[in-house]
Amino acid sequence: MELKTKAQAGSFESSDVLILVEPVEKGAGRIIELKSIVMQQFGDDLLGQIHANLDDFKIDDVRLIINDKGALPPTVSARLETALKRAAQLQSGTLK
Amino acid sequence: MLYIPGNNPAMLQQGSVYGADGVLLDLEDAVALNQKDAARILVAHMLKYISYEGCEVTVRVNHIDTPFGLEDLKQIVPLQPDALRLPKVETVDEIKRILELIEQIEDEHNLPHNQMNVHVMIETALGVQNVYDIARYSPRIDAISIGGQDLAADMQLVKANDGVGIDYARKQVVMAAKACKIDVFDTVFVDVENEEGLREEAEYIKKLGFTGKAIINPRQIEVVNEVFTPTELEIRKAAKIVKAFERNKAEGIGVFAVDGKMVDAPVVQRALRVLEMADIDVESL
Repeated sequence: MELKTKAQAGSFESSDVLILVEPVEKGAGRIIELKSIVMQQFGDDLLGQIHANLDDFKIDDVRLIINDKGALPPTVSARLETALKRAAQLQSGTLK
Repeated sequence: MLYIPGNNPAMLQQGSVYGADGVLLDLEDAVALNQKDAARILVAHMLKYISYEGCEVTVRVNHIDTPFGLEDLKQIVPLQPDALRLPKVETVDEIKRILELIEQIEDEHNLPHNQMNVHVMIETALGVQNVYDIARYSPRIDAISIGGQDLAADMQLVKANDGVGIDYARKQVVMAAKACKIDVFDTVFVDVENEEGLREEAEYIKKLGFTGKAIINPRQIEVVNEVFTPTELEIRKAAKIVKAFERNKAEGIGVFAVDGKMVDAPVVQRALRVLEMADIDVESL
């Protein structure tokens, strides 16, 4: 998947997560800024899930800004997938 | 059946805890146009992860002629929820076209054609006129529902909340469902603060023959369940009729009296329905 533009998905509502995706230069790696209300207990799990999802989409270079409000794993995966597809311009709803 | 907006994670994950018989994960009217993609992906992930045990799970997709309808089908059909709800169906050709698409997607995923049911929503005057032919088109269609808000808009009704303008449509839709022996669900009651109004409407549509009612807020569940659950008195009366029927049947008597009222086959049938709704096994009487 080729990321072409900045995009976001999700919200600051309880049980949701807001994810901002930004394309970066090839070789820059995965730059992930993660904030979560359950950071202490689930931060590592959340980060592990994000990496696994990025692996699934074969994305090695990206900047992610993630603000989690206690989202369940399916919500995290869904919001990341939506933001990535918007950034790749495969979906509508891209941040202008 | 509790409507849950498809782009609301908190509500999606809690949907089954309120005691509704079914949940409807909505990709259509409850989702903003610029969030249709997000809702579709979220509902797909939730269907794989959340157990809605004890609740029938239905997903309402967008109409096939919108820019979102086909993608909704492609993402949701492979997940095979209990049912798929198709909004604003108006003609037989339309339902034929949508069912063909659904079956095409099922074939691509090696899925059977008889696992996931289809609910049809009637929400326009044209749909009301064609409802019987639509409902009987396929055995996969196991329920019809009436969408009062869209129907009122289509009929250009200014005042719609008293139900007068859609009364004919309600009766037409019920009759079509009964003729096809399938379930029929009434529209939502939008004034969530008005519990008495909801009760009156639920009692009215129960009398018309509706199987159940769509709701938009968990606080409406109790009222609708109370109306649709047989009372103790109704259950006792039904049990008495069925027991009397069994006794009389053994003696070759088809028509008899219970508490001074004539009982024949249709009365017994209604009594059996009451017991069925109360989850009472006739054999246990």
